[in-house]
Amino acid sequence: MINLSINNQRVSVQPGTTVLEAAKKLNINIPTLCNHPDLCVAGNCRVCVVEQTGARTLIAACAMPVAEGMDIQTNTLKVRNARKHIVELLLSEHRSDCTKCYKNQKCELQALANEFAFGDTIFLDLVADRPYTIDRSSPSFMKDDSKCIRCQRCVRTCTELQHISAIAVANKGMHQKISSFHDRPMSHVVCTNCGQCVNRCPTGALVEKTYIDQVWDAIYDPDKHVVVQTAPAVRVALGEDLGYDPGERVTGKMVTALRQLGFDSVLDTDFSADLTIMEEGTELLTRLKKVLVDGDKKTRVPMFTSCSPGWIKFIEHKYPELLPNLSTCKSPQQMFGALAKTFFASKKKIDPAKVVSVSVMPCTAKKYEADRPEMRSSGYKDIDYVLTTRELAVMIKQAGIDFRNLEPSHYDSIMGESTGAAVIFGATGGVMEAALRTAYEIVTGREIPFKNLNITPVRGMEGVKEASLKIEGCVDDWKFLEGAELKVAIAHGLVNANKLMRLVSKGKAPYHFIEIMACPGGCIGGGGQPIPTSMEIRKNRMKAIYSEDEHMVLRKSHENPDVIAIYKEFLGKPNSHAAHELLHTHYTERESY
Amino acid sequence: MENKGLNKVDLIFEKIDPKEVLTKAYKISPDAIIQQILDSGLKGRGGAGFPTGLKWKYTAAVKEPDKYVVCNADEGEPGTFKDREILDRVAYKVYGGMVIAGKAIGAKKGIVYLRGEYRFLLPQLMKELDSFHKMIKQIGYDFNISYCMGSGAYICGEESALFESIEGGRGEPRNKPPYPTTSGVFNKPTSINNVETLVTAMMILTHGPESYSQLGTKDSRGSKVFSISGDTPTPGIFELELGMSVQEFVNEFGDGDTKAVQVGGASGFCVPRKKFGNTIIGFEGVPTGGSMKLFNSSRSMYNVLHNYLDFFAEESCGQCTPCRVGCQQLLKGVEKVKKGEVKSTYLNELMKLADTMKVASKCGLGQSVGNAFRTIVENFREEIIY
Repeated sequence: MINLSINNQRVSVQPGTTVLEAAKKLNINIPTLCNHPDLCVAGNCRVCVVEQTGARTLIAACAMPVAEGMDIQTNTLKVRNARKHIVELLLSEHRSDCTKCYKNQKCELQALANEFAFGDTIFLDLVADRPYTIDRSSPSFMKDDSKCIRCQRCVRTCTELQHISAIAVANKGMHQKISSFHDRPMSHVVCTNCGQCVNRCPTGALVEKTYIDQVWDAIYDPDKHVVVQTAPAVRVALGEDLGYDPGERVTGKMVTALRQLGFDSVLDTDFSADLTIMEEGTELLTRLKKVLVDGDKKTRVPMFTSCSPGWIKFIEHKYPELLPNLSTCKSPQQMFGALAKTFFASKKKIDPAKVVSVSVMPCTAKKYEADRPEMRSSGYKDIDYVLTTRELAVMIKQAGIDFRNLEPSHYDSIMGESTGAAVIFGATGGVMEAALRTAYEIVTGREIPFKNLNITPVRGMEGVKEASLKIEGCVDDWKFLEGAELKVAIAHGLVNANKLMRLVSKGKAPYHFIEIMACPGGCIGGGGQPIPTSMEIRKNRMKAIYSEDEHMVLRKSHENPDVIAIYKEFLGKPNSHAAHELLHTHYTERESY
Repeated sequence: MENKGLNKVDLIFEKIDPKEVLTKAYKISPDAIIQQILDSGLKGRGGAGFPTGLKWKYTAAVKEPDKYVVCNADEGEPGTFKDREILDRVAYKVYGGMVIAGKAIGAKKGIVYLRGEYRFLLPQLMKELDSFHKMIKQIGYDFNISYCMGSGAYICGEESALFESIEGGRGEPRNKPPYPTTSGVFNKPTSINNVETLVTAMMILTHGPESYSQLGTKDSRGSKVFSISGDTPTPGIFELELGMSVQEFVNEFGDGDTKAVQVGGASGFCVPRKKFGNTIIGFEGVPTGGSMKLFNSSRSMYNVLHNYLDFFAEESCGQCTPCRVGCQQLLKGVEKVKKGEVKSTYLNELMKLADTMKVASKCGLGQSVGNAFRTIVENFREEIIY
């Protein structure tokens, strides 16, 4: 243990602890900006400078490891003066149109300004005479260089967590900026639109592209029937933007709020998640049959899940040769969209042209996905607008809804029923677990042999997870699988996805089925989720997801009555021609730079 | 105040037989080599002045089979051109210094990081390196030197930015600790030394530490190569004993009308005429990596300052706030003062900013911008305002 003193209080910590962490232990708050719990230490904003007795300069608390006998002061005049200067310097290169900014009151720089730099600044405005661009090219997010304070959180996120480096630091000195390959617009570089950078940007430099106004317009258009669907991970995170602690489930209140906002039908992406399991599970079993029994050389295993649009864009760019391994199933959002303007519209006797389909997603890549040209199998744009969890929170606030005191209510029928298998889609390993619950039962006619159906080996925050399952006692149709050992792998965060893909492309991945989620922790850690994020917050959301599952009466996708009904009335059976028309898609090879 | 006066020395460019010196060094222990360097009192010749013997001692103490000697030849300080001359004339001594450092710390690999603009020297340097490698192999050394070219960024002269650059990253300084002695290039223990430091180390082993430490003063042992430019009838490279006053220096190199000397380049200190007599060139007074720029009364110190600030605003890596934004504020600030768009007292605010940059910047670049700013503004305030 290392002993040191901070503000004359003694503390003992493990070697390797930073001064910042040691101070936290004493409940001494040192302001930070470039620091983020998910990322490596940068030490570049210098907001966290503190005084160390005997040191020539101030030290950055976030980057300085503790040393025996260290004497730290966090609040001396020297420190305060430096901090004030630093915050004012940041403000001088930041276009402070705070009252109009999407991040107003959610901006970390603004909070620091409030603390250290109120009143007149002595510094000159450096933004005023500098040209800047706002890159609106991506359908998912906007990049406004005039609000960027070069903390490089986004760059570190893109490199460390996602292994993409769509954005990087360019130039030096006064010309330094966060740029893309050849300074191209974000829509024309290898960007997965995952929004992890957006989720970690402390200012309004990176924000999702909002469609709030368009959605309000649709709601108030008496001619339109506005259908809304909510993704599994939204219900365990929305509360954070409305004053709840991370991990609070607000499903019922959210449904009520959506009705109060004026959506005509409040439905659940969980329904189409169950549907995805039927389609994807069947596809997997069919692929296995083709490979193992028919000896089909064109069919590829392992099969990859296809729910995460950030992951889809990643593989299209980085491993186009592996696209045949990707399940052809659309994501639950897009399955829902295709059905909303076909099956749902006809059931409700509404002209599909008048249906406006809105989804609330933990994700910014979903905005891009909805814009894909192939996502028009209903004859219309299947999903008109995608809102993030954050945007929904904004709408609830705009409408003046007293969220905390809302009576919980249930989703509408037809496409509102769901099972626990669907809700766990929101966490890494969830799709795998849901698929196994159903596939095992199809193959053996028995429930999967895990206590309470909880397939714990596929759960948790480990970057790459593996599991295997012995299949015994198969029913007649699936006798060829008798005694087989089904091997699966799961990765979340594209840096981990990349590890698995490397193995697959070298032929060294002994798996049958691989689940990939682009974001750390899966959708619960999505780029469209409330800010801030951290491992602890994501774990709380994950816990809530599994608790939501445990509280459901139905836990297996194939038991969802709405799913059973739609096959009976509309789709026939899984992977049928009708299902292929509406629920499956194809992919595009993209360049790797 | 110890004052040795102005004495010309010929050590760095002195012709020696490297084989003889390196054979001698081959036979003594690493500890003995380090002790000789410690005894000589040699401090790093790049400008920061860290005792070379200590640097080697710390690096030697780390138990790790893979270590590096890096020669910092990214000579970028405005007004210094001594390393170019050294490499041009006595590259074998630079290599020799690296071999000795390698033996001292237990490294088998050396990298010379050469300033991008010096690429024209490379063919000749490589040729000499070939025969040098053959020579040390004959003696028995297992040491290999390679070259890495810089790309023109001033910041890459900062040791950890230099490592990043060698590794293929952006030239951005790292957080310290860890220091290079434990985690340098490729995160291996590294002794990074200036070109001149390495040559000096070689000369200390040639002539012995006693004779070297007789040169100079208590705080600044030995001699040093100066790059002299500006308003002088004799610009060029001169090796001088440390411990002379600026006045003595100006008497020798000035044009009779010197009003200020910028000691240590853009990151150094401006000494005005009234302080020439009682300012010693060395670590007890104004330290320098070798750059000496003389200004006569025809020069506008506003232009000098503006030029330096413009330089820093461009050459800051841009990573940390105080340096990236601070340099721009200082630059625009003095422009506004000059134009009369803000009150002259605004200079006091800028002075405080320079102080913040000194204590809060991540690396030596941002920390030293205030040196020139403060000394020019303090001594030539009226030239900045009017």
